[in-house]
Amino acid sequence: MAEAVLGRERGRERPPAVVWERERRRHRALEGLRGYGLIAAMWIRSSMTYRMSFLLATVGNAAVTLLDFAAIYIMFTHVDALGGFSLPEIALLYGSCSTSLGLANLLLGNTDRIGTRIRDGSLDGMLVRPVPVLAQVAADRFALRRLGRIAQGSGVLVWAVVVLDVDWTVGKVLLVPVMVLAGAAIFAAVMVAGAAFQFAAGDAAEVVNSFTYGGCTMLEYPPTVFTRELLRGVTFVVPLAFVNWLPALYVLGRPDPLGLPGWVAFLSPLVAFVVFVPASLAWRVGLRSYRSTGS
Amino acid sequence: MGEVLIELDGVEKVFTVRRRAGLVRREKRQVRAVDGIGFTVDRGEMVGYIGPNGAGKSTTIKMLTGILTPSAGRLRVAGIDPARERMRLAHRMGVVFGQRTTLWWDLPLKDSYGLMRRMYRIPEARYRANLERCVERLDLGELLEVPVRQLSLGQRMRGDIAAALLHDPDVLYLDEPTIGLDVVSKAKVRAFLRQLNAELGTTVLLTTHDLQDIEQLCERVMVIDHGRLMYDGPLGGLHASGAAGQSERTLVVDLERELPPLEVAGARVVRVEGARQWLAFPAQASAAPLVAAVAAGYPLLDLSVREPDIEEVIARMYAGRG
Repeated sequence: MAEAVLGRERGRERPPAVVWERERRRHRALEGLRGYGLIAAMWIRSSMTYRMSFLLATVGNAAVTLLDFAAIYIMFTHVDALGGFSLPEIALLYGSCSTSLGLANLLLGNTDRIGTRIRDGSLDGMLVRPVPVLAQVAADRFALRRLGRIAQGSGVLVWAVVVLDVDWTVGKVLLVPVMVLAGAAIFAAVMVAGAAFQFAAGDAAEVVNSFTYGGCTMLEYPPTVFTRELLRGVTFVVPLAFVNWLPALYVLGRPDPLGLPGWVAFLSPLVAFVVFVPASLAWRVGLRSYRSTGS
Repeated sequence: MGEVLIELDGVEKVFTVRRRAGLVRREKRQVRAVDGIGFTVDRGEMVGYIGPNGAGKSTTIKMLTGILTPSAGRLRVAGIDPARERMRLAHRMGVVFGQRTTLWWDLPLKDSYGLMRRMYRIPEARYRANLERCVERLDLGELLEVPVRQLSLGQRMRGDIAAALLHDPDVLYLDEPTIGLDVVSKAKVRAFLRQLNAELGTTVLLTTHDLQDIEQLCERVMVIDHGRLMYDGPLGGLHASGAAGQSERTLVVDLERELPPLEVAGARVVRVEGARQWLAFPAQASAAPLVAAVAAGYPLLDLSVREPDIEEVIARMYAGRG
């Protein structure tokens, strides 16, 4: 009798492994999206209770990031070109990467708080809820005011597209939104990898920021002003060059300083997908290590 | 015998602690936080899980909730392996950590509960009924609109307990549910838990330092130390168990004036403080003859009998084994 029960139990533990696992992963992803939506919606509702304060925060957010571009604009009142790039050309770089980072930040920006959550143990509270932890971490304190940066970035981007003297082909027109979205995905992957890294390194939010905010600041300037070593690093190691440099160079009809062929400009979505694989793997390893060591 | 809800068999948890031993070199040391624990809890039981700090109480709870993965052994809650199917188990259990909230710090309780409802897919009618019951019995009515960070510890704890019960869990884990609470809040929480267990049959497993929690709530108590189960049985048995040694009750007498230690058969004076004296006598012995003897021989003003302190009993148990 006892053995029969055991046998049944064992049978239940060994479902058709592959199908089960695939089903489970799909289920997790859907539950993650659903949970993310629920949590984000709650934070939006809660921020809307103070409409005025929300508006001010959003406008402030846009204004602060706009100062960023104002600095570049002022620089151009003294020079005609930077690294051989004109102001509208730099605006294309600036607008696209600022929008990309803004999007990634809106959706995943709060993952950098995980170091604190690990330290104070509040991650435990997330592990007892029926929603994947990454979704909970990412949606926590979802801040719609971050639309400010997106608005500012896309404003600069639209201005650049309008004033740029470019032969717009279908490919180039399509490449602009693809560049922004793929760029956001690459930043998002970096954020996930950074969050995973914090399981091992404790609070390393600043390391992650140096890649995201720091990376974006770099990408606002033309690749021609940087050394070849750096360019190689951001092309092949942490592929930030795919956020906007490579696609933007194609749109502008400029050659790549590293001499890569033109079609590489269209690889950004693929690169985004490829970096997400190690990033999500790292996340799972990180979470598993937490679950086997505790806080 | 009821249906088994929680089942542990030879469960171990080994942490690897890295410590700096020199500039670069690091020493690895293995700490066995839980060292081969096995027990079962039936549906509807209310069990106290006690032991000194670092005994492995929280580690056990964390394994039962799926937060930590056991290093060895078999563990099932409602037939689910917590570590492997954390999210499925989440629907069946509620957890309250006394030390920190699982609610959203900046949101009013009401919003946290609303989010729980959607997260756990609680049917509207169930949710209403459960929330109503919790609000009424935990006295939350006026707190619903208050952000969690503005709540007092006792209010927050009640809020947390309600949050853990909205989805009708089979089992409720409470890790130090009365820590830092005032007497009134403690009483409220205990009364609520008793009702919950009696009316809904929710299984409750709680860790605590406050032995009154156990005395008032749990018929069964498990004592853990150094990651091992030292005792598992009724609270009363803890006093009587050989491991606990000979336990004693205490007679506290207030005399008219300061006197040298009293000399009464069957008891010995363990403490003197002014006109008050403490006399220890075997727990099984009746207090009546002793009281009579004291009253007959000395100018007695007042007296009280103290039951053996479980903390003391446990401490003695440790001393006996250690």
